[in-house]
Amino acid sequence: MIQVLFFAQVRELLGTAKLEFSAQGINNTEQLRAALAAQDDKWAKVMASDKLLVAVNQTISNWEASVADGDEVAFFPPVTGG
Amino acid sequence: MSQLPTIRVQTADFDVAHEYELLAKDNSDGAVVTFVGKVRDFNDGNPVTDLTLEHYPGMTEAVLQQIAQQAHERWPLNFVTIIHRVGTMALGEQIVFIGVTSAHRKAAFAACEFLIDFLKTKAPFWKLEAGDTGSHWVEARDSDEQAAKMWQQD
Repeated sequence: MIQVLFFAQVRELLGTAKLEFSAQGINNTEQLRAALAAQDDKWAKVMASDKLLVAVNQTISNWEASVADGDEVAFFPPVTGG
Repeated sequence: MSQLPTIRVQTADFDVAHEYELLAKDNSDGAVVTFVGKVRDFNDGNPVTDLTLEHYPGMTEAVLQQIAQQAHERWPLNFVTIIHRVGTMALGEQIVFIGVTSAHRKAAFAACEFLIDFLKTKAPFWKLEAGDTGSHWVEARDSDEQAAKMWQQD
């Protein structure tokens, strides 16, 4: 399973902070994004945002990064701390 | 000398005088530069009543460590302290503390500015502002991204 986390607006729009997703057929972040988007219209809309960022195992990543069973993948908007 | 950075992500407030004391204890340092970010009463012309900071536990601390490490590599620094609060903060409250020491002021000023510019664009924190018309997530600013880009080395 892949541990999937959501933060800030992304978490709020989806109504979910965390879920487990089967790693079957998923080899990279883009495939995970597409699989999540395929769930329904709400997920499709959030996952389609061109501002969406992804981190794999707590490191900012891109849409080609490898994802495998046991990884932690987080989706979130641009950061606004400080 | 170069000390390990102090990195803290916490809900509690911090005491600037105490943090200064910890930073200023080595007499080989001639310069101590500190920055404090506060909750202000407006953003984009709208009144703000309070602010909630969300973060990504684990990743946040790791990113702050990396940023502190980069600052140590670029300037001859001694102490580096980064404290960032999370949770809900009222108007006027302190959000973030950056403290840097060095033998000379130029390195300390530059490193302090570098740290806040990088923190604002790289560390996984998100601001939710509450005002008279409800609450909304703060949009990332292009000007912050530009400020961080200015530090990129050729």
